[in-house]
Amino acid sequence: MGKYILKRVGYMILTLFIIATATFFLMKLMPGSPYANQAKMTTEQINIMNHQYGLDKPTFQQYLIYLGGLLHGDLGTSFQFNNQPVSYLIASRIGPSMQIGLQAIILGTLLGILLGAIAAIRKNSWVDTVATFFAIIGRSIPNFVFAVLLQFFLAFKLHLFPIALWEGFTSSILPTIALAMAPLATTARFMRTEMVDVLNSDYIELARAKGNTPWQTVAKHALRNSLIPVVTIIGPMAVDLMVGSMVVENIFSIPGIGDQFVKSITTNDYSTIMGLTMLYSTMLVVVILIVDILYGLIDPRIRLSGSEGSQS
Amino acid sequence: MSEQADKLELTPDSFKRVGANDTDAQEKISAPSLTFFQDAIRRLKQNKAAIISFWLLAIIILISIVSIWWTPSDPNAQHVAYANLPPKIGNGIPGFTGQANVGGQLVDKYAQANVPKGTYYILGTDYLGRDLFSRLMKGIALSLLIGMLATLFDLMIGVPYGIISGWRGGHTDTIMQRIIEIISSIPNLVVVILMLLLFTPGLGSIVVAMGITGWITMARLIRAETLTLKTQEYVLAARTIGESPFKIATKHLIPNLSSTIIIQTMFSIPTAIFFEAFLSFIGIGIPAPNASLGTLLSDGQKTFRFLPYQMWYPAAAISIIMIAFNLLADGLRDAFDPKTNN
Repeated sequence: MGKYILKRVGYMILTLFIIATATFFLMKLMPGSPYANQAKMTTEQINIMNHQYGLDKPTFQQYLIYLGGLLHGDLGTSFQFNNQPVSYLIASRIGPSMQIGLQAIILGTLLGILLGAIAAIRKNSWVDTVATFFAIIGRSIPNFVFAVLLQFFLAFKLHLFPIALWEGFTSSILPTIALAMAPLATTARFMRTEMVDVLNSDYIELARAKGNTPWQTVAKHALRNSLIPVVTIIGPMAVDLMVGSMVVENIFSIPGIGDQFVKSITTNDYSTIMGLTMLYSTMLVVVILIVDILYGLIDPRIRLSGSEGSQS
Repeated sequence: MSEQADKLELTPDSFKRVGANDTDAQEKISAPSLTFFQDAIRRLKQNKAAIISFWLLAIIILISIVSIWWTPSDPNAQHVAYANLPPKIGNGIPGFTGQANVGGQLVDKYAQANVPKGTYYILGTDYLGRDLFSRLMKGIALSLLIGMLATLFDLMIGVPYGIISGWRGGHTDTIMQRIIEIISSIPNLVVVILMLLLFTPGLGSIVVAMGITGWITMARLIRAETLTLKTQEYVLAARTIGESPFKIATKHLIPNLSSTIIIQTMFSIPTAIFFEAFLSFIGIGIPAPNASLGTLLSDGQKTFRFLPYQMWYPAAAISIIMIAFNLLADGLRDAFDPKTNN
C-alpha cells in the first residue's frame, strides 16, 4: 500500500508539472495585451510595465521564475485586480466557494444515498418512479438553469432568501441547492443500482434467514456494502461542482474563486487565470488521489487488483 | 375421474397425427430469427420513455433542419423600436396576449410600440427587437450541430485510439494509457477554456476544444471492449488466415463495438450541448450576433426578473433536449445490454 501511494503521488507531481508547463506556454501564445489601454501608453511606459512584471526577460527564464514561484506558493501578481498577488486573491475568495461546495456535496450525497436506497428497497413502486424522475431531472437540467429558477421563484417572487450577494449563511442556501442537484442525481442513480445488486446477494439472504428485521438487514448489511462503490464517484462529482460553481457564483454574485475565474477570462488577466488553473487542477488531482486511497483502504480486494491494474 | 373415463369413448378418429416424426417441421423456428440489432430495437420499443424521447428528438431535429432554410423572420435582424415585446399569437390566446404587467397594470406592449396589426412575435422579441422564436430555432440547430460535431470528433479520435491501445497491448498500451491518465487528470474545463482563449471563439474552436478532451471516455471504453474481443475465436480465426490488423479492426471489431459506440455517443451529445451552453453563459462561447441555446439563456438571464419570457423558452428547450437525450441513451443502454438492468 505504501509503495502504491508513493507511486501515485509521483504521478500526481508529474501531472501538475505538465499542467503548469502547458498553461505557461499557452498563456505566452495568447493574443491580446494584459494592459487595459495599451494604445494610450507610450513605448517607454510599456517597457517600464514589462520590466516591472518581468515580461522583458526571455520566455524560458520567465518559465523558470514561474516554476520557482509555484514551489513557494507564489502565483504571480494580478494584472487587473489592483496588483494584488494572485495567492492573496485566491485566499480572500476561497472561503465562500469552499463553503458552498462542501455544503452542496454533503447535501447532495446524503439525500442521494437516501433516495437511492429507498428506491432500491421499494423497487418498482411509486417511490422508485419519483426517485428515477428526480435523478433524470437532476442529471439533465443544467445547474445554471436551476440557479436562475431558484433565484426567480424563492428569492425574487417569494422573498424567502436573499437574491444575491454574500451575507452569511442564508445567502449560501440557494447556491447550495442549485449545485447539489447534480451530485444528488448521480448518487441516487448509482446507489440504486448498487443496492439492488446487494439486496439480491447471498449474504443478504443469510441475514434475513437469521431472523433480522428488514430494517436491520438494510442498515447493517446492505447499506454498508452498497456505499463502497459510491465513494468512487465523489471525484468526478467534485469536478462537476467546480465547473458549476463558476456560473452559479456568477448568477448569485458570490465573491468566490469561480466568479473570479470568469472575470479573469473576460479581462485577459493571465497570471490570475494561470494561478486559478493550477489551483483547480491541484484540487482535482488531490481529490482523485484521496478517493483512490480511501477506496483501497475500505475494500482490501480493490487494493490488490487496483495496484496491479494501474500497471497495465 | 374414473367414472368419466369409463364413459369416454375413444375411437381411432379421436386422434390426430401431429407429425412428431416430421423432423423438418420440428426444426422449423416459428418466429423470425432476430439479429442482435433487431432484438435491441424490439426491447427499446417496450421502453415508453425512450420512444417518446426518440420522437421528440426527431421533431426537434426536423425543426432545426427547417431552420437552415426558413425561419419566421431573420433571427439577427434588429428592430430597436420593437424591443422587448412579450409573446403574442394571432389576436391573443392566454399566455400569448402581447400584454405586459407594468406597475401593476396590464399594458398592450404591441399598441405602445405601434406594431402593425398583422405582425406578432410568437415568443416575443429581445432587447434589440430580434424575433425570439426565430432565434430559438436557430439556437437549437446550432447547439445540436455543436453536440454532433463534438461527438464526431470523439469517435474519430477515441475509437481508433482505443482499438490500437487494446489490440497492440504491451508497451504501446502502457504508453497510450499513461497519456490518457495525464490528459484526464487535467480538468477538461480548464483545457476547453485555455483553448478558447487561444483561438478566436466560434463554432470551430468550441468543437475542437471539446473534442480534445471528450474522446478520453470513449477511448477507455473501446480499449476495455477490444481487450475482451481480442481473445474471441472469430478474431483468432481471422488472424490465423492472415487478415491484416486494419481489416480485422473494421470487419470484426467495429461491428462488435457498435453498441458501446452508439450508447457512448448518445451520452456525449447532451454533454457537449451542456458545455456549449455553459461556455456561452460565461461569455466565451458562440460570439454575437449568432444565437445558440447558451447565448439565449445568458441573454435571458440578464433580464429574467422583469422579462421572464426571454429566459423561459430557451430554458425549457435545453431542458427538454437534455432530458430526451438522456432518456433515450438510458433506453438504448438497457436495450443493448439487458443484463445491466434489473
